[in-house]
Amino acid sequence: MSVTDQPAATLPLHRATLPNGLRVLVVPDPATPAVGVAVHVDVGFRSEPEGRTGFAHLFEHLMFQGSESLEKLEHFRQVQSAGGIFNGSTHQDYTDYFEVLPGAALDRALFLEADRLRAPKLTEENLRNQVDVVKEEIRLNVHNRPYGGFPWILLPPVLYDSFPNAHNGYGDFSELEQASLDDAAAFFDTFYAPGNALVTVHGDLGEHGVEGTLALVERHFGDIPARPVPQRPSFAEPVPGSERRQSVTDAHAPLPALAIGYRVPDPTTDPGGYLAHTMLASVLTDGEAARLQRRLVHQDGSVTDVSASNGLMGGPFDARDPDTFTITAVHPAEVSPDRVTAAVDEELDRLAEQGPDTDELARQSARWTAALHREDDRVMFRMLGLGARELLYGRAELALELPARLAALTTSDVAAAAARLRNAGRAVLTVEPASPGVAE
Amino acid sequence: MTAVRTHRSAEEIGRTERGPRELPALGRTAPVPLPEVVTGTLPNGLTVIAARRPGVPLVETVLRIPAASPADSAEAGWTAGMELVAETMLTGTASRDRVGIDDELAGVGAELGVGVDPEWLQVGGSALASGLPVVLDVLADVLTGATHPDDEVFRERSRLAERIAVARAQPRTVAREALMRRRFGDHPIVSEMPTAAAVAGIAPERVRELHAGTVVPGGARLVLVGDIDPQAAIAEVTARLGGWSDDHPARRLTAPPMPSAGDLELVHRPGSVQSQIRLTAPGLDRTDERYTAFQLANLVFGGYFSSRWMENVREDKGYTYGAHSGQEFVPGGAVLGLDVDVASDVTAAALLETRYELGRMIAVPPTEQEVESARRYAIGSLLISLDSQSALAGTLSALDAVGLGVDWLRDRPQRLEAVTVEQVAEAAAELFAPARFTGVVVGDAEAIGSRLAALGGVSLP
Repeated sequence: MSVTDQPAATLPLHRATLPNGLRVLVVPDPATPAVGVAVHVDVGFRSEPEGRTGFAHLFEHLMFQGSESLEKLEHFRQVQSAGGIFNGSTHQDYTDYFEVLPGAALDRALFLEADRLRAPKLTEENLRNQVDVVKEEIRLNVHNRPYGGFPWILLPPVLYDSFPNAHNGYGDFSELEQASLDDAAAFFDTFYAPGNALVTVHGDLGEHGVEGTLALVERHFGDIPARPVPQRPSFAEPVPGSERRQSVTDAHAPLPALAIGYRVPDPTTDPGGYLAHTMLASVLTDGEAARLQRRLVHQDGSVTDVSASNGLMGGPFDARDPDTFTITAVHPAEVSPDRVTAAVDEELDRLAEQGPDTDELARQSARWTAALHREDDRVMFRMLGLGARELLYGRAELALELPARLAALTTSDVAAAAARLRNAGRAVLTVEPASPGVAE
Repeated sequence: MTAVRTHRSAEEIGRTERGPRELPALGRTAPVPLPEVVTGTLPNGLTVIAARRPGVPLVETVLRIPAASPADSAEAGWTAGMELVAETMLTGTASRDRVGIDDELAGVGAELGVGVDPEWLQVGGSALASGLPVVLDVLADVLTGATHPDDEVFRERSRLAERIAVARAQPRTVAREALMRRRFGDHPIVSEMPTAAAVAGIAPERVRELHAGTVVPGGARLVLVGDIDPQAAIAEVTARLGGWSDDHPARRLTAPPMPSAGDLELVHRPGSVQSQIRLTAPGLDRTDERYTAFQLANLVFGGYFSSRWMENVREDKGYTYGAHSGQEFVPGGAVLGLDVDVASDVTAAALLETRYELGRMIAVPPTEQEVESARRYAIGSLLISLDSQSALAGTLSALDAVGLGVDWLRDRPQRLEAVTVEQVAEAAAELFAPARFTGVVVGDAEAIGSRLAALGGVSLP
């Protein structure tokens, strides 16, 4: 048996749907003393209204600001004084809220999540305060650092035409400042209907067991009244037929950078084709022996760092169609972007023609297996992976099948993915330093 | 004509007919499950610390080698040389080239990385547990036979210069470097990142010389945690690394002088839209009898989200995305650090609130409720934070680096349970006194300088 023939992780998945439409996923794991509770809501930054960029993320912040039974700050205090950790995050197509605590706090965690899904306290004061906090988050992660928002904010407007796909999910300051309390109320009533959400419980269920946990979920969430579930529009748009280029200036960047963006197959209807692009990204840039590392970093010395990823936000199966395959590189000023893109094209052509060799594929697959195990060794990551796949595709199993599916990919699957990228249009975004020259 | 209502008002959303509900009680928190740890020392001086933690079929490895500079003050050349040792350690041996090393590791799902700081050279990574022999084989080869080939050194030299430029464009790097100098002056501990100029001056021969002088087994510590049999793993290490030898032990870093109180130094970063405020004061190491009380006092002040400082500057004022206080351990002790990044126009205001919260730790000591919340968090988060192989390996290695074993970890919940509110108040009064602190502010001096100067306690550039 080779090291990639790891048996697929067998975790029992228990599903239920409450009368109000809320979906429930319970995945016990007796090997850990921790338990995680997550709520995934079927709304991400692609669904926010035009003129309200950044609203899905701003609203995520508001959900921590108190609810009917919990004063402002109480949510944080209750999770932490139970020994737990918490967070929330906003993605293209979903928003998640979660905590991980000692198993003894399961009942409390479900209470906390239910209270804010039932009746969050949305106030003018909290809205203004969180607009300020979000602006600091954006200054920290985008405005005040080199390569801020590269490529996840900067690349989509080059590759996509429609507002949902192209706009900045962090939001423009002017639009964040215009956000009103009524916008928040409308957003909650529309998108945070119980039928538009999923509760995931994973880890140590203690004396509750699966049945007891389902009963607890029912007790806490069952009386949230059903509301109509919004029709999710299709975000589909044509694949560009040619290359689109755009250049931006970065005041803090010491070196130029570029990002190439491509469209990928629909993960819902063609999961195999989609996943071949994930493997292609690894073959291109994961590890010293990867194609673009050898070619661009070590052979040509034309880039400082290069990385490829299938999925705008970095991970596979994290969004519905359309999603983005990215290649990013930081390079010395004397190297032209064209030199980098030409080398990428050559390497893709070579892969499209010959495919990776089977050993190369086996090594990448072994790395993936180990990396996924490593992620699954933390209750939080495994829970979020299960919940996101259940919400997006109705198949939490995808999270467990990933290592085996990647291992099953063949040379010709990856070759086909490379050919697909070469035969479609793409976006090339270049980042120019404001002041040329490397400053110490 | 009235508009059709499509949604409830915010006020209606926030209440239900039934009204607020009762928070459920907590059950009893389970004890932190810690494995038995087996330790063995090879004749060459390498100590191996191994623990079985199944769950996923992986093994985590963390090798630490003390790698201090022989000089008694920071030297750019030493830092640059050691950085290149780390960057090129996996690029070639007598029997494998860069790609060969990586392919062999990838075959068993392994990642290995080399990092260096003023105190340690570390080689760490993870692999499928069945691949441990392969990982140890590659590890032994690079430790004893890395050739640091000329062309690889030249290439890494130019890449490193570019990466340094990128890193130094980060405001947090600027703040870190200024803070470390403020804390420890010219002690070697401050030299965490080399300069591009010093890197350019390091010849391949010098890299090989530094490797020979610093990559030695005497005093090195290897931690293995995962789906392994500890005794068998130690035997495996002995078989593969027993031949690693040298005529001198590794060099440990000397204790730096503790920071003395003083003004904050304003560091000008033109064009900044945010300021990095960094305060620091002497802390306590883990063996100090006041350590547990101080840990809880720190949580109450700014060590977690539900802390006084965070609730003030983020949740009440909206000045920042995050404020955090915590300790860093250094040879011979520890330093407390306070970090917050704020918009330029509220820099003075945020500094004022920070000083106010420090003062309040003395004037309004942590209450029973605050201490209880911090206590439960400290105990519970220990359970959560050790719930993975990599976290457990990292923690065991960090404790071992200061001479503490797994028992210290095992007894920690009891120590946290035992500490009293009075002890926490005493530690708060002693260690959070505003007059103990010094630090730096990095930002656009033209935008923030005049207000900070007027506020006082800040030296302008």
